[in-house]
Amino acid sequence: MTCWETIGAYAFRSLGYGERMLPKSDFTLCQQFTLIGSGLIWNIYFGVLALAFGFFLANALALAKASRRLWVRKPAEWFIFVFRGSPLFIQFFLGYQLFVLLPKTGIELGGITLATDWLTKAWAGALFVLFLNTAAYSAEIFHGALMAVPKGDLEAADAYGITGFARFRRILWPTMLRLGWPAYTNEAIFLFHATTLVFVSSFPAFRQQGDALYYAGYFADKTYNPFIPYPIVGFYFICLTLLLTWGFSLVNRRLNRHLPSNQRERIRLRPQLIR
Amino acid sequence: MFSFCADPSTLDPTRWMLCYLTSGKHVLFYWSFGTVLLLLAVTAPAALAFGFGGAMAARSQNPALRLFGKTYTAMVRGIPDIIFFMFFVIALDQALEWGLHQWRCPEWTDPIRNGLEFKVCPAAKVPPGSAPQIWHEVYGFVLAVVTFAIVFGAFAANVLYGAMSAVPRAQLETAEAYGMSHRQVFRRILVPQMWVYALPGLSNLWLILIKATPLLFLLGVKDIVYWANELGSSKTDTFAYPHGDWKLWYFLGLLVFYLAFTRVSEVVLARLSRRLSRGQATMAGEAMRKAAA
Repeated sequence: MTCWETIGAYAFRSLGYGERMLPKSDFTLCQQFTLIGSGLIWNIYFGVLALAFGFFLANALALAKASRRLWVRKPAEWFIFVFRGSPLFIQFFLGYQLFVLLPKTGIELGGITLATDWLTKAWAGALFVLFLNTAAYSAEIFHGALMAVPKGDLEAADAYGITGFARFRRILWPTMLRLGWPAYTNEAIFLFHATTLVFVSSFPAFRQQGDALYYAGYFADKTYNPFIPYPIVGFYFICLTLLLTWGFSLVNRRLNRHLPSNQRERIRLRPQLIR
Repeated sequence: MFSFCADPSTLDPTRWMLCYLTSGKHVLFYWSFGTVLLLLAVTAPAALAFGFGGAMAARSQNPALRLFGKTYTAMVRGIPDIIFFMFFVIALDQALEWGLHQWRCPEWTDPIRNGLEFKVCPAAKVPPGSAPQIWHEVYGFVLAVVTFAIVFGAFAANVLYGAMSAVPRAQLETAEAYGMSHRQVFRRILVPQMWVYALPGLSNLWLILIKATPLLFLLGVKDIVYWANELGSSKTDTFAYPHGDWKLWYFLGLLVFYLAFTRVSEVVLARLSRRLSRGQATMAGEAMRKAAA
């Protein structure tokens, strides 16, 4: 098999297309690069969707945590505490057990049957857990940023007669995003790193369709040689991290465009936000 | 444990539960919490030492050493930590056996890496093939500890490197003006002052370390996740204590354990931070000075 044929056979193996059988012997470098890269599709899928959905919940949670009403603030505080205070690994296990216990036939809700079996599959169940997890971490970041919005900005808004939702949308929210963005970039990067946990925790890989680490583990098990597959995953993740940093810095530039260039927040990678 | 536990099938629910929760396997489960605490107790200082070495190397005058230190501090930024865990456990084991093989069996001619195998001479096996089971478990645990120390050492190196650069430059210059050597400045001025700058990062790291302990399960150590998984799975009538799938409850217990542990740590670390900020030239120290005055 030439390398091009291998790529054709395995490039979308993690999604179930192409060759059904994984390579069994005579492993080539090309096979390892292709299959592990194919698994990376799942990491990107989990990361992008969890981040996209999580962003909205995080904003809502941050506002709820800043609320003066006790019955709004307390649930948000507890949600953030539970998801930030416990290991993601345990959350995956717990989520999986919870989804397994849901009735197989679905839940009757006002005459409509809600199917539940898809939640035990990794593509939905793990995504759901990651979504809640990143929402909690991001909410804490956004809450901190919200508390750091300069008093003068709010006074200026008052002076212009901007109140209520307009004040939030035009003054508070953009400033909050701007202040929280460097930390949020870190959160995004470590969320992508955390996606490697999905298939090593309780969620089963359906028909050997796993993520990058799953295939790397497969090769390491078969060849008993960790020195090739794991550096390949590492290489892919370094590329992914650089790409993410670049994308987030574009947003950062837009958020900071009104500031003189020496006052802008720079994004610095701090590995302090992992689960 | 109790005398009335001899025949569990005849017991009333309360006693059944009492007997169930004190069965031999449950005692092993409770001991595995000790394994986690032991891991933390050993790893935290080891990681701190690794991190200190890494940060010193990254600040070194020697370019080769500096490159090593910078690479070490940077490695955890781009690559998920879990990949290092999976990698180092096998890599360390093979490196050790390979080294022993070269030392003890120089006359061995068969290739070590032969297609799908990694084969060393019997004398180079760690632990030796005839060793009792306990040594295999101890060896697995030691490998896990070293792996944790390497990975978290890299995180700690990041924090300490930042803290060393945060000590005001003027203080170091003052010390140099008094005629202290590089080494004296480092030992007398830089190291005592950097802790207060390092503490927020190190507290964070401690919480991360706590939350990374379930990964022991992946490294093949019989930790709390292993036992929760084992004990919670449904047991048929052939077992002494048959029950359905109770994994959810066991994992809920683990969740509560971790929440309590991180919460207590947070409170203690906040206190420590207050204690260290006293009299320091930082914002927190200034606020405390003003509050007292």
